[in-house]
Amino acid sequence: MRLNRTHIGLALAAIVAGCSSPSSTGKDGSVELLNVSYDPTRELYKAVNTAFAAKWKQDTGQTVRFNMSHGGSGKQSRAVIDGLGADVVTLALAYDVDAIAERAKLLPANWETRLPDNSAPYTSTIVFLVRKGNPKQIRDWSDLVKPGVQVITPNPKTSGGARWNFLAAWAYGKKAGGGSDAAAQAYVSQLYGHVPVLDSGARGATTTFVERGLGDVLIAWENEAFLSEKELGTGKFDIVVPSISVLAEPSVAVVDANAKAHGTEKVAEAYLRFLYTPEGQDIVAKNYYRPRDPAVLARYATLFPKIEMRTIRDFGGWKVAQARFFADGGVFDRIYSGPKR
Amino acid sequence: MTRAASSESPVARRILIGVGLLFLALFLALPLVVVFVQAFAKGWPMFVDAIGQPDARAAIRLTLLVAAISVPLNCVFGVVASWAITKFDFRGKSLLISLIDLPFSVSPVVAGLIFVLMFGAQGWFGPWLIAHNWKVIFAVPGIVLATVFVTFPFVAREIIPLMAEQGRDDEEAAVSLGASGWQTFWHVTLPNIRWGLLYGVLLCNARAMGEFGAVSVVSGHIRGLTNTMPLHVEILYNEYDFVGAFAVASLLASLALVTLVLKSLLEWRFGYHQARSAH
Repeated sequence: MRLNRTHIGLALAAIVAGCSSPSSTGKDGSVELLNVSYDPTRELYKAVNTAFAAKWKQDTGQTVRFNMSHGGSGKQSRAVIDGLGADVVTLALAYDVDAIAERAKLLPANWETRLPDNSAPYTSTIVFLVRKGNPKQIRDWSDLVKPGVQVITPNPKTSGGARWNFLAAWAYGKKAGGGSDAAAQAYVSQLYGHVPVLDSGARGATTTFVERGLGDVLIAWENEAFLSEKELGTGKFDIVVPSISVLAEPSVAVVDANAKAHGTEKVAEAYLRFLYTPEGQDIVAKNYYRPRDPAVLARYATLFPKIEMRTIRDFGGWKVAQARFFADGGVFDRIYSGPKR
Repeated sequence: MTRAASSESPVARRILIGVGLLFLALFLALPLVVVFVQAFAKGWPMFVDAIGQPDARAAIRLTLLVAAISVPLNCVFGVVASWAITKFDFRGKSLLISLIDLPFSVSPVVAGLIFVLMFGAQGWFGPWLIAHNWKVIFAVPGIVLATVFVTFPFVAREIIPLMAEQGRDDEEAAVSLGASGWQTFWHVTLPNIRWGLLYGVLLCNARAMGEFGAVSVVSGHIRGLTNTMPLHVEILYNEYDFVGAFAVASLLASLALVTLVLKSLLEWRFGYHQARSAH
């Protein structure tokens, strides 16, 4: 009988021991990097990691292994604040990196100035994905509010990508209305009346459009639009480039405090700088993000037509835009009262 | 007098049975079939390939590990708690019973957030944990904690009614014959509850492996490290890897089926459903 008691005691001890996990530093001189990123970069960083690991091995002889975490940009930022030990973050918005700097003080407030191009090595823009042959004849933003056109875009309250969609629509409304905010608001209000379902995230909206076959046009990231075409059926969709759109600059940053604790500062910095090299920029373009390097961009000019673009600075920066458009009681809350019946 | 059920007309009975069956087929059988159809949509080799991916294998390993820790833990706790509740009288007994039910009534997302608030870097114990280089949240211990919390009530809920029904006579007899507390438990109580216990463990295990919400909050979603099977299914689905997603999902579904078969086997072999009439 006593034996059984010790058995249980041993089992409990084993469980407790199993709960205390040591930090994940590499044996044999190898190093591990945790890149906490947002959803649509899975394919991009798969390619970047392989290329960088090879280069780092060649340059320093050290093996670098990557761990990836993907999720909604805001959620990922929150996780890093709560202790997810990211060595680098590669998020959708500067706003989400600012939050980490501000609330958890894991990196300095001036992080955006530490790398070229506002710490955004690649950009993207908002385009339209329509069904093959463009049966509803959608050419520009004005066609989205024609009778009988259904538009798929996620909810800007929950999705970072959807905020860009909203701002792009706003930019069009403002330009078409001769620069008037009232005209812009009238246009977006009309536009969201054509949205039958507001998904909570970008991938959800893509699935709604592509898999469930809902809607005539998906407002999407350029990279997502190309990817949907590639992954889900070449020849099923067409990409329509509108007359005006937004320039999204996804941010990358080393999370200093974590990198220091893991001893990965050097490799983390080199990793992000690699994104700016011609090789890194080429991978970026191959994964349908717009490269910053003019030479690389020129090579992919057919993929990325020139568009008139607004940046977040035209909206006063994320903090202002967030408070004005997407906060509770903001413009979006006032114009959106559910789908048009 | 109350009307006997058999006084329903045969037509009405058939309609009722038909509606019941249709409902089952639509909402239970069909989705299950879809999972397997999708998993094998591109053939057996693609299925095997999807399961064999390093990240998928890591997810399977992690899920098994988490279940292997949390199920025995909850098993021990469940037996101890039920024993205390049914064999002894003490103050706060009903409070304890309500507390055991708490994880059933709390949304799993909230459960996960509780642990983030406690062990996260900005939480109560966060700074202390960081200072001692202990990782709880966004690592395996956090996933285990969340799973233990969510699967807490399963074993206790199964055996409390069973023990209550059996009463204390056997134990009192054993003690009066000079058995120690441990002997009484091992030779008298445990044999009486073993099938209920097994049933509870089965349910607990099924939930431990299938839990999504709470684990999603504390996991950090690091591929190959902190992704459990349900989280991995979501990731694969979001990557447009439908075969992969449904292949892993079909493993989870198979687990549910095995659980169901085992449960039916238990009921059939030991007339267990009669013993559970109190539940």
